[in-house]
Amino acid sequence: MKPTTDQMIEMLRTMLTIRHFEVTARTQYGHNRDLGSFLGALHSYEGQEAIAAGSCACLRCDDYVLSSHRGHGHFIAKGGDVKAMLAEILGKESGCSRGRGGSMHMFDVKLGLLGGNGVVGGGIPLALGPAFSAQYRGTDQVSAAFFGEGASSQGVFHEAMNLAALWRLPIIFMCENNRYAVRTPACEGVSVPEISVRAAGYGCPGVTVDGNDPVAVFEATSEAVARARAGDGPSLIEAVAYRQQPHCMVIAENRQEAELEQMRECDPLPNYETRLLTERLIDHQQLQAMKDEVTNLMDEAVAYAEAAPYPDPAAVHDYLWA
Amino acid sequence: MRTVTYVRALNEALSEEMARDDSVFIIGEEVGGVFGVTRGLDRRYGERRVRCTPISEAAFTGLGVGAAMSGLRPIVEIMYVDFITVCWDQVANQAAKLRYMSGGQVKLPLTIRAQQGNLTREAAQHSQHIEAWFAHTPGLKVVMPATVEDAKGLLKSAIRDDNPVVFLENRLLYELKGPMPRDEYTIPLGVAKIQREGTDITVVATSNALQKSLAAADQIADEVSVEVIDPRTIVPLDTETILASVRKTGRLLVVHDAPARLGFGAEVVRLVTEQAWDALQAAPRVIGGLNLPMPFSPVLEDVCIPDVPRIAETIRQVARS
Ligand SMILES: Cc1ncc(C[n+]2csc(CCOP(=O)(O)OP(=O)(O)O)c2C)c(N)n1
Repeated sequence: MKPTTDQMIEMLRTMLTIRHFEVTARTQYGHNRDLGSFLGALHSYEGQEAIAAGSCACLRCDDYVLSSHRGHGHFIAKGGDVKAMLAEILGKESGCSRGRGGSMHMFDVKLGLLGGNGVVGGGIPLALGPAFSAQYRGTDQVSAAFFGEGASSQGVFHEAMNLAALWRLPIIFMCENNRYAVRTPACEGVSVPEISVRAAGYGCPGVTVDGNDPVAVFEATSEAVARARAGDGPSLIEAVAYRQQPHCMVIAENRQEAELEQMRECDPLPNYETRLLTERLIDHQQLQAMKDEVTNLMDEAVAYAEAAPYPDPAAVHDYLWA
Repeated sequence: MRTVTYVRALNEALSEEMARDDSVFIIGEEVGGVFGVTRGLDRRYGERRVRCTPISEAAFTGLGVGAAMSGLRPIVEIMYVDFITVCWDQVANQAAKLRYMSGGQVKLPLTIRAQQGNLTREAAQHSQHIEAWFAHTPGLKVVMPATVEDAKGLLKSAIRDDNPVVFLENRLLYELKGPMPRDEYTIPLGVAKIQREGTDITVVATSNALQKSLAAADQIADEVSVEVIDPRTIVPLDTETILASVRKTGRLLVVHDAPARLGFGAEVVRLVTEQAWDALQAAPRVIGGLNLPMPFSPVLEDVCIPDVPRIAETIRQVARS
């Protein structure tokens, strides 16, 4: 299915929001570090915005998402509140996980966001659960697992694909191939040039799409979602993009400047803006207005997150048991 | 009361909870068969609710965790607890932590059932007692029924609990016969039971070690008055019942089949020495399994786990010291 004009414009908004959020989060992280407060690892989604935007545009509010350690984009694209996410990154009580999760663990159960994961691949088998649950309860909800190409070498990926295909679970395996796992290029970590071919080994469809193009991601995902809702089982989508920032804030960049420079040309954001302008789906004024809105949203988020109180140390035991 | 086997009690608990709540389902390898705990449930409740899986513990345990987060009440069966290693991430990093990490947003009404035990001559990868692994992981409840009545009542509570519960059965107890109430009942998690009253020494014992300790206490009943306590759940632990007993007897022995090193017994001794030091009249002791992978040869296996004579002798020693 092709996205409607409204959906195409909304995908741009989502991508802009993610990009601005990541820049804001990195800045906040830096401020805190300068003040002597170290906030762990922060994994930037910059360069992969089109994947979250294109795929989540095909999901309903009551569909489920199991995210990864690089999950800010999924949170925004599924409708999460950026104020709550920034507060979470700063370890505040009003964070979306009440400061108990941090950057890798964004939850919003009302939106079907069942968390990121600190264990590479850990969320993949979890995503079987909501898919099973939807099938069991007889609803047409679907579940989406987001993970990197590095995670596709984990055993759980293969177990989950097999089980999902065997039971025709309504699940979308969304593999974000951003070309690197920390410092290991995909070609040194994965035995096939295209991860999507692995779907054949489990008897389910697999495609590789341009992860810099939200429309391509949308088209592939909408097909996979339709198949899942119809009871025809799982699909594997490999969306190829490029991680623009270092692996995380605590690991130095090891890639050549020339490569980084060259890859900037594939930056999904300016390319998609140009496309929408050229196709006259928006004009310059509308684009500027959208950017201003996003900027304001980030300013609000920073003000909110900075002012938000920290959790009460006396409440450290809260939330362990139901 | 009716007299039934432990395995039958477990089977009834599963069946009653499935009848009571459609969100309860069973998932695991060969469910409906093998040890008889799930026997007949596949016919009664159908494939939708009794799901035989491929040999993919990580996938189906993860599925259970995810299903619990999205409104179901899964019972995951691990055929032998030893195999928990291949899905340990899903148990220890996911099931145990996701509620806390979500700031209390997700609920995890998940039961993981497994059997442990030894003396079936299956060697080191089928004979472990690993309750301490689970108990050392914050976010998991750990239940170890030692009697027929407890098997049913505790399993029903485990299933109804909104938290991840690891329910450790003992295969040596499966054919144990014992009384069970006729009417519906549950037994709360976190409440110990004094299985035998006495005044000279407190013996805390779990699972099959409880049965062995009761037998040992019987054997030496003329010499020593032994109080035997079954904690029934090691997380949460009913510390009060244990402390009250030690305050009365002044002596403590903990018995379990798991290795003694860094085990449940060490934890009970810690709690008692910290909180009831003044009451102790003798050094507390622990007897547990040897710190070894379980050997295959029957003559070797038999020396690895505390038996009734050794428990009786240790009780005598502590009582006299
Ligand atoms: C099980 C596990 N092994 C290793 C790590 C350390 N680690 C964190 S992210 C990462 C790379 C993951 O690569 P990929 O799945 O491609 O995702 P990306 O970071 O590229 O988005 C590694 C090795 C981890 N968190 N979990």
